[in-house]
Amino acid sequence: MLRSRTFQVVVPALLVLILLPLGVNGYILGLLTLAYYYAVFAMSWDLLFGFAGEVNFGPSFLIGIGAYTAALLNHYWSWPIPPCLVAGAFAAVVAGAVLAIPALRLTGPYFGLITLVAVLLLQNVLVLFAGITGGEIGLDLPDVLSIDASTNYYYALAFMTVSGAILYGLAQSPVGLILQASGQDAIEAAALGFNVAKHKLAAFCMSAFFSGLAGAMLIFYLGTASVGTVVDIGVGVNVIIAAVLGGRRTILGAAVGSIFLIGAGEILRPLGQLSTFVVSAIALVVILFFPGGFMGRLLQSGGRE
Amino acid sequence: MTALLDVKGLTKRFGGLVAVKDIGFKIEAGEILGLIGPNGSGKSTVMKCIMGIEKPNAGSVKLDGIDVAGWPTHRIARAGVGIVFQHARPLQRQTILEHIKLALLPDNLLMLATDHGVTRRAEEIAARVGLSQVMHRLPRTLPFADLRRLELAKAIARNPKVVLVDEPFAGLTSGEVADFSALIGSFRAEGHAVLLVDHNVKSVAALVDRVLAMYLGEYVAEGSAEEVMRNETVRRVYLGGKIETAARPEREGKDRTPLLDVRGLGVLYGKATALDDVSIHVGEGEFVSVVGLNGAGKTTLFNAISALVPYSGTINWRGETLAGRTPGSIARGGIVQCPESRELFGDMSVRENLDLGGQHFPVAEAAKQLDWLFGLFPILKARQGQAARTLSGGEQQMLAIARALMMRPKLLILDEPTLGLAPVILEQLSKALEVLRQTTDITVLLGEQNVTFALPHADRVYVIEHSRIIWEGDPARFAEEAGAGYL
Repeated sequence: MLRSRTFQVVVPALLVLILLPLGVNGYILGLLTLAYYYAVFAMSWDLLFGFAGEVNFGPSFLIGIGAYTAALLNHYWSWPIPPCLVAGAFAAVVAGAVLAIPALRLTGPYFGLITLVAVLLLQNVLVLFAGITGGEIGLDLPDVLSIDASTNYYYALAFMTVSGAILYGLAQSPVGLILQASGQDAIEAAALGFNVAKHKLAAFCMSAFFSGLAGAMLIFYLGTASVGTVVDIGVGVNVIIAAVLGGRRTILGAAVGSIFLIGAGEILRPLGQLSTFVVSAIALVVILFFPGGFMGRLLQSGGRE
Repeated sequence: MTALLDVKGLTKRFGGLVAVKDIGFKIEAGEILGLIGPNGSGKSTVMKCIMGIEKPNAGSVKLDGIDVAGWPTHRIARAGVGIVFQHARPLQRQTILEHIKLALLPDNLLMLATDHGVTRRAEEIAARVGLSQVMHRLPRTLPFADLRRLELAKAIARNPKVVLVDEPFAGLTSGEVADFSALIGSFRAEGHAVLLVDHNVKSVAALVDRVLAMYLGEYVAEGSAEEVMRNETVRRVYLGGKIETAARPEREGKDRTPLLDVRGLGVLYGKATALDDVSIHVGEGEFVSVVGLNGAGKTTLFNAISALVPYSGTINWRGETLAGRTPGSIARGGIVQCPESRELFGDMSVRENLDLGGQHFPVAEAAKQLDWLFGLFPILKARQGQAARTLSGGEQQMLAIARALMMRPKLLILDEPTLGLAPVILEQLSKALEVLRQTTDITVLLGEQNVTFALPHADRVYVIEHSRIIWEGDPARFAEEAGAGYL
């Protein structure tokens, strides 16, 4: 019942998004393109937080590794885009696993702290080796996905739809159920015969894969890779706010939250510096009073029927 | 023929504390063993060692001939051990049926879809434990007993060779107890080996084939339920060898408003009833003991008085209601609780812990109080500079009591001060309480499961069982009237 209900909402919404380039100008399309990449960041993050119960304070570590791996390969060795994307996603998974294997042994807030430190380290390394990485200014890329706004928009939409479908399907599958049980009560999950560490690590790798891939896609859309767009703590904070705003443990909510966050930031742009403040205030109110987020409320009322 | 579960020489230490010492037993297929012991006796640790939640320091746990001691929990579970936890923490967004399906899944990362066989099997199990009617509902819409049924269903789904059940009947009504007994009995009929862990023999006597009793981590007795109940050591552990009582004559002021008056108190933990229509009163200067096993509701009663849990009913302090007051204001008003968990500041010194208790008083007064306390507990004077964490269990308990006394309470609430303490320490503690009682006009409300400790000082005794007060009277009559029901 719930699944078909979700389906009924998602399919018309996607149709609207597909038809959007017919009636909207390039500027808005560009904004939405950015929002769709953020949506993948946020959905990957929700798989880890909402399901495996682990708070990753450094989503931009995984995003940044994916983005910079792709950027360096493209800039210095002129690899074409597709192998750069694959290498970026793969590098994010490897870096994620290297980070997660020791970190998942720790309990409580320590996992989160390690992920936070990882971002700071990555940021420092990128700035220190500015000669190679372009540092704060960034690394410009010879190749871009496309120069046409509509084409870029469709790339991003297709990427978000496919990633979302995979992540959502995974979350709804038996593996997602095991993951949720592991996140909520690791001892009980282990007593039911599930190797909690294995499942959490798999979730982390899955999250890293999509974060890294989306990071790599994003820089080929922007045409440049810079610390401010893919590594900065602020990027990670936005991803987290988007996911929580949209609704923890829903996957789809994370996408809704991202589009809202980027959309609201734009609508409020006339307020100047105040716009960030207003968006943060909205996020705070939603988190305080509706901890389930946008989608959380929607799905909850569905469950009650 | 080898036993399905064969535990030998099991030992578990936590730092310097030996929680389990050289415990061994066997359970054959189709047999139910009851593992009993008072709070802190190490029975839960034995269960955790079997399940791999704790790693034993020594000993073997043979499952159908294979030693699984020290294996990680999920491998032991795969090898055929299942556990029914006392506290269920179900997933919120999944239905009952999905929870049962979860227990049926293999430990495989590539399980992306389940076949119909799994659903059908889950439905059969739901029917068996009596959850058919509610299997499509979410856990939070179900009563407590159904959540316990769900835990049983998960154990059944795993079809383990050995089933461990932690306090099978806690929080259940007598009707539900009968249902659960039948379900656990069906494990035996199907040839599983079952280990029931509980506080006393009485609650599991009808179900078990054999009982093993533990106390302070050590083996005490083993045999049929009747044999264990007749065992001298067991009787001494639960009832005390010879109960000494020393009720003082009724204090004056008996007819005045009692200092503390609790009426019709009810507390719910989620869906479980923790206290049901409990009424007690404590007169000025009186020493009242509330006696009951772990889980009976003692701590809940004290927490309600200190406003740490929401309750229904009324609690009056010196004739005025405590409703709406914060825990801090109640403590400043003179009701000081010394909790079971002691809540010491482990990294602070003994002296600093005590000084914190005396914060509200002028320096001179606090110093006087401190002197008096060092007289009451001389050992604390010697240990002044030591970090509280490094004290022995008994010394920590004394410090906790001393810190509570630093606040000069009108009413001192002591929650299980004897928990996990060796008999020799009990004696010291007992002496200190007696001095306190004879030399000051302090009012004490003591919660205990150790009757030997609780009775000698008490002027009046309440017995609490399954969330209700079942007996009230003077300690001299306890042994003959309430003692038998306490084993």
